[in-house]
Amino acid sequence: MTDTGPTMKRLLLTLLLLLLPASNAFAALDPALVRQLAAEESDDKIAAIRQLGASASADAAKVLKAMADDELLVADEAVFIFDGEQAVDAATGAVIDPVPETYESITVNNRLRSELANALAALKLYDPDRAVRLAAATELQSNAGIGMAPILAAAMAKETDAGIQALLKQAHALANLENPDAAARLAAVELLADSASPATRGLLLPLLDEANEPDAAVREAAAQAVDAIEARLAFGEILGQIFSGLSLSSILLLAALGLAITYGVMGVINMAHGELLMIGAYATFFTQTLFRAYFPDYIDWYVLAAIPAAFLAAALVGMLLERTVIRRLYGRPLETLLATWGLSLILIQAARMLFGAQNVEVANPVWMSGGVEIMAGLVLPWNRIVIIGFTLFVLALVWVLMQKTRLGLFVRAITQNRPMAGCVGVPTGRVDTMAFGLGAGIAGLGGVALSQIANVGPDMGQGYIVDSFLVVVLGGVGQLAGAVWAALGLGVVTKFLEGWSGAVIAKIVVLVIVIVFIQKRPQGLFALKGRFVDN
Amino acid sequence: MSTNLTDYDTDNRGGEDGTQVVGHILQPGVDLSHKVILYLEAISVSFDGFKALNNLNLTIDAGELRCIIGPNGAGKTTMMDVITGKTRPDAGTCFFGQTLDLTRMTEPEIAHAGIGRKFQKPTIFENHTVFENLELAMKTDKRAWASLFAWLSQEGRDRITDTLKQVRLDHEADRPAGLLSHGQKQWLEIGMLLMQEPQLLLLDEPVAGMTDDETERTGELFKSLAGKHSLVVVEHDMAFIEQLGGKVTVLHEGSVLAEGDLATVQADPRVIEVYLGR
Amino acid sequence: MRTPFTIRVLAAMPRSGWIAMGLFAAITLVLMPALHLFVPEGHPFHVSNYVITLGGKIMCYAIVAVAMDLVWGYAGILSLGHGMFFALGGYAFGMYLMRGIGTDGSYQSHLPDFMVFLDWKELPWYWAGSDSFVLTLILVLAVPSLVAFVFGYFAFRSRIKGVYFAIITQALTFAAMLLFFRNETGFGGNNGFTDFKRILGYDITSPEMRATLFALSALALMLALLAGRYLATSKFGRVLAAIRDAESRVMFIGYNPLHYKLFIWTFSAMLCGIAGALYVPQVGIINPGEMSPANSIEIAIWVAVGGRGTLIGPIIGAGLVNGFKSFFTVAFPEYWLFFLGALFVGVTLWLPEGVVGLWKRIRARVAA
Ligand SMILES: Nc1ncnc2c1ncn2[C@@H]1O[C@H](COP(=O)(O)OP(=O)(O)OP(=O)(O)O)[C@@H](O)[C@H]1O
Ligand SMILES: [Mg+2]
Repeated sequence: MTDTGPTMKRLLLTLLLLLLPASNAFAALDPALVRQLAAEESDDKIAAIRQLGASASADAAKVLKAMADDELLVADEAVFIFDGEQAVDAATGAVIDPVPETYESITVNNRLRSELANALAALKLYDPDRAVRLAAATELQSNAGIGMAPILAAAMAKETDAGIQALLKQAHALANLENPDAAARLAAVELLADSASPATRGLLLPLLDEANEPDAAVREAAAQAVDAIEARLAFGEILGQIFSGLSLSSILLLAALGLAITYGVMGVINMAHGELLMIGAYATFFTQTLFRAYFPDYIDWYVLAAIPAAFLAAALVGMLLERTVIRRLYGRPLETLLATWGLSLILIQAARMLFGAQNVEVANPVWMSGGVEIMAGLVLPWNRIVIIGFTLFVLALVWVLMQKTRLGLFVRAITQNRPMAGCVGVPTGRVDTMAFGLGAGIAGLGGVALSQIANVGPDMGQGYIVDSFLVVVLGGVGQLAGAVWAALGLGVVTKFLEGWSGAVIAKIVVLVIVIVFIQKRPQGLFALKGRFVDN
Repeated sequence: MSTNLTDYDTDNRGGEDGTQVVGHILQPGVDLSHKVILYLEAISVSFDGFKALNNLNLTIDAGELRCIIGPNGAGKTTMMDVITGKTRPDAGTCFFGQTLDLTRMTEPEIAHAGIGRKFQKPTIFENHTVFENLELAMKTDKRAWASLFAWLSQEGRDRITDTLKQVRLDHEADRPAGLLSHGQKQWLEIGMLLMQEPQLLLLDEPVAGMTDDETERTGELFKSLAGKHSLVVVEHDMAFIEQLGGKVTVLHEGSVLAEGDLATVQADPRVIEVYLGR
Repeated sequence: MRTPFTIRVLAAMPRSGWIAMGLFAAITLVLMPALHLFVPEGHPFHVSNYVITLGGKIMCYAIVAVAMDLVWGYAGILSLGHGMFFALGGYAFGMYLMRGIGTDGSYQSHLPDFMVFLDWKELPWYWAGSDSFVLTLILVLAVPSLVAFVFGYFAFRSRIKGVYFAIITQALTFAAMLLFFRNETGFGGNNGFTDFKRILGYDITSPEMRATLFALSALALMLALLAGRYLATSKFGRVLAAIRDAESRVMFIGYNPLHYKLFIWTFSAMLCGIAGALYVPQVGIINPGEMSPANSIEIAIWVAVGGRGTLIGPIIGAGLVNGFKSFFTVAFPEYWLFFLGALFVGVTLWLPEGVVGLWKRIRARVAA
């Protein structure tokens, strides 16, 4: 790294230089104004900076930028920009050749510096690019001084975009907090009461103090505004926690749904369940690789193709496991537990050898990146929203399969009375395989979702096994509805606890809650009553 | 620590029972001062809304041999579940003698107080030998600490041998109980019950799966036990009930339909209706 | 009429068992330490550091296997959290070892290095007394037992068993692992305890200390086996097995399964704690990884490989599996998981009674 650094830098410099001439065409600025930048008095300089700042000209921006970078120099009567190689007249943009022998730099003290920064930001407010304006307006949300007030007012008048307009209004109000006129301050405070940002709250707080704010009415209004903002912030935080709780619930549910079929309905303790998730995730990775290689134009839609691929891959592996191992262990849960743990080790090692021990990179498609901003400071990421939706889809799928198809009917019959089901002609062996394949396939679908938000690696499944079992056990074995409620409860409670106490303690507390809960209701939330329960 | 078989050991019931009988001298076993060993009063049990027992009232006298009959699903087994603490009633009281409230005791406490039970489906310890099955059932200090240092005394061994002879399993003593035939398992369970020396024996269909010969022998055994012990026998086999000759209670839909000797009960039109109406 | 306790203990094993144990004692208490200490290095009869440490380590594992067999084989309670008890014992003794470093750590503070690193100024309260050897021994026994007792009480009281119990114990050790991973917990976080220097003032790496720890592990193993045999052959053991096979029936003849299970469960945890305490000074490190669910479930496979409910089987199983592990992880590290996985599957499918069962079957066939 260290020896490639300088060469890299030089390369970049040359590139910049190549670009520079194109932007060298200057539209002349008022020379007197430029000259004033080099005035003796700071106040004069500031006046000039503000005027240039309000000029909405790109050249003014260039000059101010140079001033901020200490590249604005004075020689005799000329003010010029010297970037180390070339000197350019600040007012006209004409190249000065040769570079003057003696020159002075313009002293820029801290006060000037912040004026410069504001002026530069203000200039960006006139940029034709909406994104630049948005960024500038956002920037001003936290540090607009009273000096900015006229500039912001001017920008507000010109702005057409409603979103930016709102931001400007906020910034204008913030700037007006320093307005010597109490009425203007009051108006500003009242406007700011609609904000939901902690920064605004921070700016309003000093106004509560008599030492900073002489006017009682303004103090009163500020107190109300702070309360309003705090209430909004708290609400936003709760909303955020509920959302992340929902999001965690959906992930838990996706991880557990497959298990709700294999363990909950069929009674098979499948410790390799996490690895079926892992297979689903790798199938997603594989689909992505295929799309990158063969259909790069449709890369954004690889996730959709990954859904059936992951389902099939996991279902096939699941059916294979059922046929070869699990089938021989029906009715021996503890043995099944151990054998499937062994299978999980084998699958992990196989993944390691096939795809490497490192995590692989699965990218969100463009339509899943970013998020929607519900309110200031609360952005709901698209990938989470999509996953919640996807969970609902999978849930509906499972419900339909279990309630409305012959397979579901058979599976339920076998759960209730295996020998009897066999007698009335249910092909128990085949149904077992199919049902296990279904559960495994659902786990594969969970893997698709996980690949979008978590690391995809050989060990990824291990982290989910305990959680998934907790969901199924808590929900009550054999109860899909129970699993849904359990996942919801666990997810939301975990997130709220995390807000309080950090992730590790939250996890431990949740485990303790589950253990205590199972004390009270060993059969889970939705207990099956009846004679078959205790044996 | 020693397994002195003649001692009654009431420790297992814990302090509550000991303090309940303030003013009495702590009697070994159950208080039979009113000659009644079991009171069931207004017992109701429901499973998901289905009433398995519905306001059931029943008293068993000390030393009595009582037969319970009733169609399938009448609630006979459920009644035994309530007495032995397996099922908690939704309403009603259940007293063993005058003092012991069975609804507040755990299964081991109830067993220790002197109620023994034979299940409808023979349940024995299949991996233990026949001898060990009886040893486990034998009346003695059954707390964990005592078991840790228990050592089978010669008297205990003799008692087991006697019981083995009594239930005709002396040749099977060292075989795993799981290998026994169905009838032999029934006998083993009866043997275990005898080893427990309970005051009250609850027997759920004890002769199902036995030959006529064996059924008769069982009947003799029960009759010889009555008097010293109290017995409640649930059976569908009317000949067997006739042989036992005790008072008969007919259960139907969770409550008592009729009570009396067998002939009276069989002549009762409601009973006929219940049995034939199905 | 009372039979002396010694006779009952003697009756716990057949004559051949006692002979085998005597032989084992002679080898592990006398022969191996002597060969390690008195035969010069390079001599063909010299027992190396590596062998002594590996042997000691495996014997610690074997104690855990015995403990596991008592609960799983006899009481039918499959625990997937025994690694936690092992680690708790290890941590308890590790605290003493950390204090034994004194000011020889890299920061030359009287506090353990990791605390200096965290900028702690004094020992947290729960480290009080950790410099006392006697207190540490008590802690080694008490901490795992106490945790097991409290957890077991609640679990068994609600009659949680079978798979439910297994999963909950797994969750328990997982939670403990997370807790110990945190630096603020005060047990060295990720890195745990290491760099031990001395026990009771003696250098921990000296051959004498190694031989002593080895012999102590052997002694503990023999005592654990004997205690296990005693329990298994006593009436207590028969009640336990009866609870395993038909819990409700046991209640109806007057035994309270809660007490029986709780006793064996707590005892088992205590054995694990002892094993952990012997293990840590021999391998020189303890960290939260010992509490990972994978470690605990591996204990179950030692027992299954050897043969459940035989006590001697699990010892053999622990030896076999860990012997293989030492070999594989050096020779073909990438195949170890395949092998271990196949072992889990193979043993449950084809060798439900483990090697001891296999041996019995072979003998029966030869005799027939
Ligand atoms: N645990 C339970 N859950 C749900 N229903 C139960 C339960 N136990 C008993 N029942 C119901 O209560 C009713 C009475 O059952 P019980 O076993 O007491 O009948 P029974 O008189 O012993 O019949 P049988 O002569 O066939 O043995 C039955 O309808 C049964 O289905
Ligand atoms: Mg019945």
